[in-house]
Order: sequence, then C-alpha cells, then structure tokens
Amino acid sequence: MPLALIILLPLTGACLPALMRGRSSRLLASVSALPAIFTLLLLLSWLPHVMGGGEAEVQRLSWLPSLGLDVAFRLDGLGLLFALLITGIGCLILLYARYYFEGKDTSARFFTLVLLFMAAMLGIVLSENLLFLLVFWELTSLVSFLLIGYHTHDHAARLGARMSLVITGGGGLALLGGVVLLGQAAGSYELSTVLAAGDRIRTHEHYGLMLNLILLGAFTKSAQFPFHLWLPHAMTAPTPVSAYLHSATMVKAGLFLVARLHPALGDTSLWFHLVTLTGMMTLMLGAFVAMFMHDMKGLLAYSTVSHLGLVMLLLGLGTPMAVAAALFHLLCHALFKAPLFMMAGYVDRATGTRDMRKINGMWRFMPALMGLSAISAAAMAGLPLMSGYLSKKMLFGESLQVTAPDWAVVVIPLWVTLAGLFSVAYSIRIFHNVFFNGRPIDLPIWPPASPRAAALSPIALLAFATLLVGLAPEAFYAGLIHPAFAAARQAMVTPFDFTTLGGRVPMLMSLFALAGGALFYHWRDPLFRLHARLPEVDAKEIFDWLMRSAIALSQRRVFQLENGSLQRYLTFIMATVVVLVGLELGDVTRWHGGAALAPIDPLTLLAAVLLCLAAIGVVAFHHYRLPALLLLGVTGLFVTVTFARFSAPDLALTQLMVEVMAVVIMMLALSFLPQTSPRGSTGFRMGRDLAIAVLMGVGVAAFSFAILTRPHRTISDFFLANSVPGGGGTNVVNVILVDFRGFDTLGEITVLGIAALAVFAFTRDLHLKERVVETNPMHWVAEPHPIMLSTVARLVLPIALLVSAYIFLRGHNLPGGGFIAGLITAVALTLQYMAGGLVWAQSRMLTAFRPLIGAGVLIATATGLGSWLFGFPFLTSAHGHLHLPLVGEFELATAMLFDLGVYATVVGSTLLILANLGKLMTVAGPGKEIG
Amino acid sequence: MELLYAIMLGVLTSCGVYLLLRARTFTVILGLTLLSHAVNLYLFASGRLVAGAPAIVGLSERSADPLPQALVLTAIVIGFAMTAFVVVLALKAAVELRNDHVDGENPDEDRA
Repeated sequence: MPLALIILLPLTGACLPALMRGRSSRLLASVSALPAIFTLLLLLSWLPHVMGGGEAEVQRLSWLPSLGLDVAFRLDGLGLLFALLITGIGCLILLYARYYFEGKDTSARFFTLVLLFMAAMLGIVLSENLLFLLVFWELTSLVSFLLIGYHTHDHAARLGARMSLVITGGGGLALLGGVVLLGQAAGSYELSTVLAAGDRIRTHEHYGLMLNLILLGAFTKSAQFPFHLWLPHAMTAPTPVSAYLHSATMVKAGLFLVARLHPALGDTSLWFHLVTLTGMMTLMLGAFVAMFMHDMKGLLAYSTVSHLGLVMLLLGLGTPMAVAAALFHLLCHALFKAPLFMMAGYVDRATGTRDMRKINGMWRFMPALMGLSAISAAAMAGLPLMSGYLSKKMLFGESLQVTAPDWAVVVIPLWVTLAGLFSVAYSIRIFHNVFFNGRPIDLPIWPPASPRAAALSPIALLAFATLLVGLAPEAFYAGLIHPAFAAARQAMVTPFDFTTLGGRVPMLMSLFALAGGALFYHWRDPLFRLHARLPEVDAKEIFDWLMRSAIALSQRRVFQLENGSLQRYLTFIMATVVVLVGLELGDVTRWHGGAALAPIDPLTLLAAVLLCLAAIGVVAFHHYRLPALLLLGVTGLFVTVTFARFSAPDLALTQLMVEVMAVVIMMLALSFLPQTSPRGSTGFRMGRDLAIAVLMGVGVAAFSFAILTRPHRTISDFFLANSVPGGGGTNVVNVILVDFRGFDTLGEITVLGIAALAVFAFTRDLHLKERVVETNPMHWVAEPHPIMLSTVARLVLPIALLVSAYIFLRGHNLPGGGFIAGLITAVALTLQYMAGGLVWAQSRMLTAFRPLIGAGVLIATATGLGSWLFGFPFLTSAHGHLHLPLVGEFELATAMLFDLGVYATVVGSTLLILANLGKLMTVAGPGKEIG
Repeated sequence: MELLYAIMLGVLTSCGVYLLLRARTFTVILGLTLLSHAVNLYLFASGRLVAGAPAIVGLSERSADPLPQALVLTAIVIGFAMTAFVVVLALKAAVELRNDHVDGENPDEDRA
C-alpha cells in the first residue's frame, strides 16, 4: 500500500469542504471526516507490522535524480505514533468542530484548513527526505497562520497570526540552513543515510552551527523559551484549532524533529546543554505563568508550553530511558490536553467569557462536562492511577539517573519537582475555578446552557483513552511507545520496566509535588496579590519593539536607495556597470590581440571624425532640441556610411531608411514637446554623469579594440557554404534571415508588430490639448504643405514603389529583401503624408495597417507551417527554377513568400506608428483612429 | 583602422550614456538612439572589419561575416520600433503629467 496515499487522502479531501461553502457544520464535518477516517484506518493497518518490530518501510519515487531528490516516504514506529496522534485526534477535532461551529455561518474554511494541516503534518512525520520534510514543515506554519487569523476581522487574531508566522517562519529558515548543512555532512538528505551517519555528523566541523540552526527550527515550532511567545497569542484561534494545532499536534512537530534526528545529532555535551537547558527554562516558565493566568485558554496555552518544555528536557537528558519517557508523556499530554481545550471552548461558548474570575460553579450547569474534565485535569496534575502520574514519575525517575555534569545531578531533580508542583497547582486551578469556587459572577450569557450529550463525545473518548493509558500502561507502551522509542534511538533497546516506577524517591518527589501544588492553590489569593505586584515583563512588547525597529530600519534603507527617481536609478545602474565591468577589465594585460591593424585611409578618417563630432554635437546642443535632433540624424547617416564601408550593404540600406523614419517620428514628437530642455542639473551632477559616461566610453573602446584585434572564429562558414545549395540564394545575409534563422525573424517581426500596436493603443486616447504649456510658442512652418514638395512627392511615389519591388525581388541574391523593401515603401508613403498632409494622404490611401501587420505575420507563419504538409520541419524552405516567357529563367524559393510576410509587417508597422503619431498633430485633434 | 573604430564606439557610447542620464525624456531618447548606434556597430564589428567583400556568394574571393550582419539588421528594425514606442511613452507622460521630466514630477531638475 503506497504511503503517499496517507498524505494524499486528506490533501485531496481538503477540496471537499471548500466546494461546499455555506453548508451546515454537520454536513461539512461528516464530509471532512471521510478522508480522515480512511487515513486512520490505513495507519492502523500498519500497526501490526510496526508492533511486530518490523523494519522501517521506505517507499521512493524517482523525481530529480540529478539532485538526489526523490519523493520518498518512511514509516516506522516514531512516524506511526505521531501519525496516529495526528489523525486520531484530528478525527475527534472534526467531530468537536461539528458542534463547536453549530449555528455559525461559515465554517467550510476551517474544515478545509484542518484537513490541509493534517496532510502537512502527516507529511512531516512520514517524510524520508529531509527537504520534503522542510516543505511540509513550512506548510504547517502557513496553515497555522491562516487558522490563528481565522477571525480575520479581529485585530488581535491578525496580530497573533502574524507573530506566529514571524517566529515559526523564521525558525523554518534556520532549519533550512541546518538541514542543508546536515545533508552535506551526511552526504544525503535521506533519513536512512542521515540517521546512520551519526558519528560522521557529530565530528563534522560545522556540527555546532548545524545543531544550533536545526534546534532553532525545532524550538520555535515547539514554543520553547524564549520563542514560546507566539503560542499564548495564538489562542485567538477558534478553540478546535487551539486544541488540535496548538496543543496536540503542530507544536509537537519540533519535538518530533528532535526525537527523529536524535541518532544523528544527539548525545553530545552541546546537545545536552542546548536541549535540556531550553527544556528546563520552558518547563518552569510555562508552569509558573500558567498558574497566574486568568484566561482559561491562556492557562492551558502556558501549561502546554510547560509540557513541551518537559518533553524537550527529557529528549536532551541522554539517560537510557529518557526518550521513552518523553514519548510516553507526549502521548499522555495529547490525550489530556485536547479535551481540556474542548472543555474551555464549550464553557466559553456557553458563558461568553474565558475569564476564570467570572466563571465559577459550572458544575450546576454542566455536570457531565465536569465529570469528564475531572479525568483530564487529574491526568494533567498527575494524580495516582492516571496516565500523567506515570509519565511524571518516569520524568522524576529519569531525572535521578543523570550522572553528569555535576550541577545537573542536583539541580534537575529539584527543578522538575518544583515544576511538577506548579503543574499540580494550575491543574487544580482550571478545574476548581471553572466548576466550583462559588457562583458565577457577571456572565455575559446567562444562564449558561450545557452542551448536548452528543457534543461531549469527543471529550468522553479522549478521557476514556486517558483512563485506559493509566490503567494499562504496559499495553500502550508495548504497542505504540516502544516501537517509536526503538525508531528514535535507531538501535535495539530494552523495553521500559514499569515496575521500577515503584521506587521510593520518585514516589516522594511525586507526593511532594502533589501536596505542594494543593497547598499552593489553597493559598492562591495572597499569592495572586503578590504576583500582581511583580513588575510586568511583557515579552510581547519586546517582540513588538523588535518588529517595529526591523521594519523602520528596512524602510529607511529602502528609501535611501529607492526615492522614486528614475534618473537616480539609471545613474546607479550605469555606475554599477562601470564598477563591475571595470574590475573585470582591470585584469586584462594585453589589449592588442595581435592581429594586424588595417591601414587608415583619409576618407574613412574624415567620416569617423565627422561621426564623432556629430555625436558630441548632440550632447553639446541637447538643450536646443531641434539642432540636436538634426545632428542625431547626421550621426545616423555616418553610421550608415560605416556599414557601407565595411561590406554590409544590407545594413547600410536598412540603417538609411530607419534613420529617415526615426528622425521624422522624433520631429513629430518634438513639435509637441517643449523645444528646449531647461538647464537644471547641478555642476556636481553633470560632472558625475560625465565621469560615468567617459569611463563607460573608454571601457567600450578598450574592449572593442581588444576584440577587434583578436583572431576571428566564426560559424558563418556553414552559412556561406550552404547558402546557394541549401537556401537557393547568393545574398547570405538575406538567406540567414529568411531561411537559416527564419524562426528568429518570425519572432522579430512579431515583436515589431506588437510595438506598432502598442503605439497605436497609446495614441488612441491621447489628447494634445492638455499638452505641456509652451512658454515660448514657436511657429514651425509658414506653409504646411509646400507645393514643390507635394508635386515632387507624387512623382516620386511610383518610382519609389518600383524600386522597392525590385529590391524585394532581388533580395535573395543581392542586397535587399523584405526588411529593406518594406522600409523603402514606408518611406515613400511617409513622404506623401508629409507633402500632402494627413487628410490628403489618407483619402487616397488604404489605411488598413493593423490587418496588414496581421497578414504579414500570418503569411510568414503559414509559409513555415506549409513545410509540415510535405513532412519537413517548421520553416524548411524549398526552391526551384521557374521559366517564364519574356522574363526568362529565375529562381523562386518559398523563402520569398516568407520575405513577403516580413515586407507586409514592416510596411504595416511603420505606417501604423507614423500615421497615428501624425494624427496627434492635426489641428482637429485626435479624430478617428487610423489603421 | 581598428583603433579608430574602437574610439568611434567609445565616443558614441559616452555621448549616449551622458544623454541617458539627463532629466528630460526627449534627451533620454536622443541618448538611447546614440547608444543603440554604438551597440549595433559593436555587434557588427564582432564579425571584424572587412572592406569590399559583401557576404554575397560569388562576388569576391573572401567575404565578410554574414551572421552578425543578419543579427544587426533585425536589431536596427526592432530598435526603430522601440524608439517609436518610447517616443509615444514620452508623449503620453508629458500629457498626463504635464511635464517631460523622467521622474514624472516637475522638480528642481535633480532629485538625487
């Protein structure tokens, strides 16, 4: 039977209540119980195997073998004990919630989250891989966050939820670090390997760090001092949540982890000190504070903290039977604490308050609840014959077994006895204060109604189990605890001998605690008064202060760096580039790569100088925008010349056309923007930017020179060799574009089309009337459409179109092709716009630019798809020779069809951009959209 | 020749970056254009500087590297589309924010 099913059942089952929002809690609870009960049955079916001392069952599914990450589950005694607790108590909680939420509007969220939590918790205890364990660990933190903040409208609930998330989430991060270290030390994240590698891990150089980090995770989760803080504040959750997550299960995840990793990490001096001391502090603090809590759930929360400390203490102790005692107490605690929480929930609902100074004398109203709670409270106090009595005596017995260090031999037995005394006192208190102690005072709800008999069933079942454990501890030990003990030690262990509990000293300690606790409670009034006079140390204040400072600090840092100025960010980015690249370039020792330098001819030198001067001119005149723009055009022309000079006719043609279009577009924009840029930059800023810019230029020049003078290796030989036989064209650049790298080109024309459409969308509702107020309006042209220009333009158009057709057709063999022909067409049509005006041009032109773009991309794609029809890969081209009368023989390639798509897209995009920008400038305003 | 070409790239880059760091959108667009010239020329030059040998089969003995040329060709066209897009963004910002400062609010020029 796959173990994954145990986790998957509640995980998928969690969807059921989510789909049934708004239904009655009865229906929801019944539906949610189904997966939970199935899971429980599955687990019980494993019980014989585990009780019989069977091997740990490990099941794995290969997932990412390269990372050593398998989906792996492990079921052994320890896992089974916890899994049974999780599902068993989970089922009872569902039953309890059915009554608790009765008559409340929405509880579907609760049931979903509880099932989710159950799955996550089962994931922790059944994971074989530590990384998986971590994922489930975080999942429990998240679900716990959602459940604590269940009453989303309640401020205190939100704060409590946040606090628990910060503390347990922070612990989870520490745990992540620890687990990674552990996995590296052990060589694997699989528990089977890790648990067997204890000796290697304990002598590893990072053992201390690893242990600290892992324990930090466990301590935060299990609410150990000083991280216990979140648990009392989590009591804002609905009571079923408190009973389930914050007493019986989730807070035990930390204990589980410590017990689980005990063979790998445990039994060193560091382990003893960290775990035992933390446990001792938590035990005492929780027990002491619990005594003085007036809030029922607060008292139970602190008592939970104290019991968690007790188990932690035992796990650290290192005596032979301490782990068995710890596991036994863990079981007992879950069995008696959950019903006490349930009791508190019912009393809270019936009376409307949780303040024990008001709730008194409930035995009159809820006799049955009183009887059942008596059993649980007695077990918590450790009265004879109860389960808690046995576990407490086991604790006392183990505390006497400690032999080293010296202080511990004396201190620990005294310490646990004193804590035992407190626990007796608070156990008496919650029972006596709630059910006796006179009459109720000022209850918000009067008279309190007793919960229905059926509603008491989960409490009764748990109380019954508590009694059973107390009466037949050997059977429970043999069935559940011993296999878990053996699994936690990863060794053959002798069973715990319950006859040793009869020893004199543990008996005396136990009697002393009982009598002392009773007396303590008897004299509670003066003690309460004394306690009220103690200075109030509220750990929450410290936590809040820490949070506030952390937030304020990070805010200050963020604002220092991020003040909303894009100009500033860009400066930072550029400066970073200069620094980082500069550091790398600093290592270059030989700038000249060795290749022979080509000689400089005067004409090229002149062009280069002019190009540089034009670029510098743009900078120098950038406050006067029109001259700057013209100089920019000059720069572009010299770039064109550069391409032509160095054997790139296709690039030169493209650059030329683009330059014309770009300048026209910027000119259009400029007619609308201010004509000058104000001089506002401080001298410092200009100097700094100049320094960045010059450094950047020097860097670019230096490494360009280094590259240019190094030997040239290229993959282009393939293209040159295959251009004619494979692509059917002699212009290799064009063949690469439409054939070899046709898929890239398809992507590029799509981008082009998208950019054009974005321009269209932006200009559609741009209203120029709200333009920047021009302080010094400038009249651009006296004659908007000079007659000379419009006459010539009309003549030029057919010639230009003919040229563009020629360039297109010859593109496969000589410089040209779809891009260039498209740009030529666009420029020719642009000229018509400029010469005749928008209205004139539009009335004489097809303006379906957007369909044209779409058609272009579709043609190109269809050409590619066409090759599928013939069983070739996408965009395979075919070519052949055609003989037409008159024209003669010429070569026709499917690539030409592809190029047609490119052509259409380029024409459509360019004109769409231009026409829509031009439209903005018309006197009539935006008008209707073009394209 | 290589040295001259490298210096040219350096000048174009410097001018582009300096303008890019100015405060007004139009100037930034000017800078962007100069910078894209520099980038295109740089990419193109990764095929080395060859004179008089276009990448056309059968035209001459040796041939310039066609691959960077094909890359740069599409880069030029897309660069143009991007320039147009940035221009429209600048217009839109100028209309909606009523100023043409890159940070969107009329400042005393620098805010750093």
